[in-house]
Amino acid sequence: MKTLFSALSGDNRTRDVALVLIVSVLLWEAAVAIFQPPLIFLPPPSAVWTEFMSSPGVFLKHMGYTLSTTAVAFALSVILGVFLAVCIVQSPFLERTVYTLLVALNSVPKVALAPLFVIWLGVGVAPKLAVAIMLAIFPIVIDTVLGLRSVEPDMISLAKTSRASRFQVLMKIQFPNALPSLFAGMKVAISFALVGAIVGEFVAGGNGLGFLVLVAQGQFDTTRVFVSLVLLGLMGTILFYAVDFLERLMLPWHVSQRGHRPSAAPVAAGV
Amino acid sequence: MDGSFQVSDAATPYVQINAVGKVYASPRGDVVALEDINLDIRPGEFVSIVGPSGCGKSTLFKCLAGLEPVTSGAMRVAGGPLSGPPESLGMVFQRDVLLDWRTILDNVLLQAEFRNLPKAKYRDRAAQLLQRFGLGGFEKMYPWELSGGMRQRASICRALLCDPDMLLMDEPFGALDAMTRDDLNLELTRIWQGSEKTVLFITHSIAEAVYLSDRVVMMSRSPGAIVDVIDIDLPRPRPLSIRETPEFGAYTQKIRHHFAELGILKE
Repeated sequence: MKTLFSALSGDNRTRDVALVLIVSVLLWEAAVAIFQPPLIFLPPPSAVWTEFMSSPGVFLKHMGYTLSTTAVAFALSVILGVFLAVCIVQSPFLERTVYTLLVALNSVPKVALAPLFVIWLGVGVAPKLAVAIMLAIFPIVIDTVLGLRSVEPDMISLAKTSRASRFQVLMKIQFPNALPSLFAGMKVAISFALVGAIVGEFVAGGNGLGFLVLVAQGQFDTTRVFVSLVLLGLMGTILFYAVDFLERLMLPWHVSQRGHRPSAAPVAAGV
Repeated sequence: MDGSFQVSDAATPYVQINAVGKVYASPRGDVVALEDINLDIRPGEFVSIVGPSGCGKSTLFKCLAGLEPVTSGAMRVAGGPLSGPPESLGMVFQRDVLLDWRTILDNVLLQAEFRNLPKAKYRDRAAQLLQRFGLGGFEKMYPWELSGGMRQRASICRALLCDPDMLLMDEPFGALDAMTRDDLNLELTRIWQGSEKTVLFITHSIAEAVYLSDRVVMMSRSPGAIVDVIDIDLPRPRPLSIRETPEFGAYTQKIRHHFAELGILKE
């Protein structure tokens, strides 16, 4: 376990990850060649690649659609989520009402509500955004509230005796203090936004990789399903590392970033 | 002992604490944190408070900082009744509470930002203060790049930035190692001497209180009350070696004895 850990950290990280991926793909190809399962169960990686190359434009168009839905939903979740969190922390009334409600709502299986959004919002981009935001906003609000609150009491005392305004305390202390937890929430939220976008495409259809998966499944075109899945995995990973990169750029002072160590692996990226 | 510790000095006291009490309401009934506290502090005086944990030192500190209202009695600071934080006040805590995302210089300047004072004007003063506290050349560094002693020096600079008339220090050196603590004791007295600043210093260490102070206030717990105030008649400036003199030893012994009599310290 220890050797595995050290092999996966440090400068060799990218090389090791690439190595594991290549070996897995080769094993997959070999297994299919040896056991020859029906194509409808498991196509070999080579067939997946050929399928993608047969019409890359179509796949990339749908990928772009899912990507933009995810990105817009994520951005709106961050803006709305941070705004809500600030309101909740500033007002004991909102804390009692909105925050309690949000925490309660968080335990509802939100994916099950997706069909409702189709009834309310139709089949365009709106229901997909709605489902994605509904999933992504919770980790943002909850983590940001936590970050805004976890300021050392002595720091607040210092601010009060220095006659700082509430706005100053928010902008100069609470908000920067909340950034590390906001980013922790964003890392979860980016994956949730992608899940939400795909669920939205499942139920509302029309466009995107989720829609593609559904159509291919209907035609028992497993190879096409796999192309979409690989693209989704790729997209999730890239999105996660984009947030990770942004974090390192914005929080050079935080404990987790000192000494420029590579950050934790994307646990949630595969959701 | 006449139970009152007001000084009959010609100068108006900078701090006047009259029959102050503080009661916290708790689900298990009221908790008396402070009872009948009477204390006057002259302008420019260095007063330490020593006492066991839970004796109300920190409560008194918070009340005097205007962070908590008293439940009985009254406090006056700089001639006026205390309602909210005093205008000209510097605070130092046991933890340095520096902001990790700000450089040392920007952390010190936070004091001016909070008070909406022009930052440009205070930048030179901040740099000078840091220089005086041996932090010259560290202005652009971040708190986490500095040792605990250096961080606490920076937090003292932050408290001193706007040249406050009063400094409230709540066990500022409690978390530091003995040698760093000696260093900072020496530096603090050096800065304080001739500055006319009134200092209220809370500590667990009897030796530290005697070394730094003009007067040492002894408190006992449940309820928090003043049991004695001892004048420290040692010449200033005081070298660290003063702590090895019999006079110094007599003071610490006296305080220790008194605490022992109260059953707070075992001998």
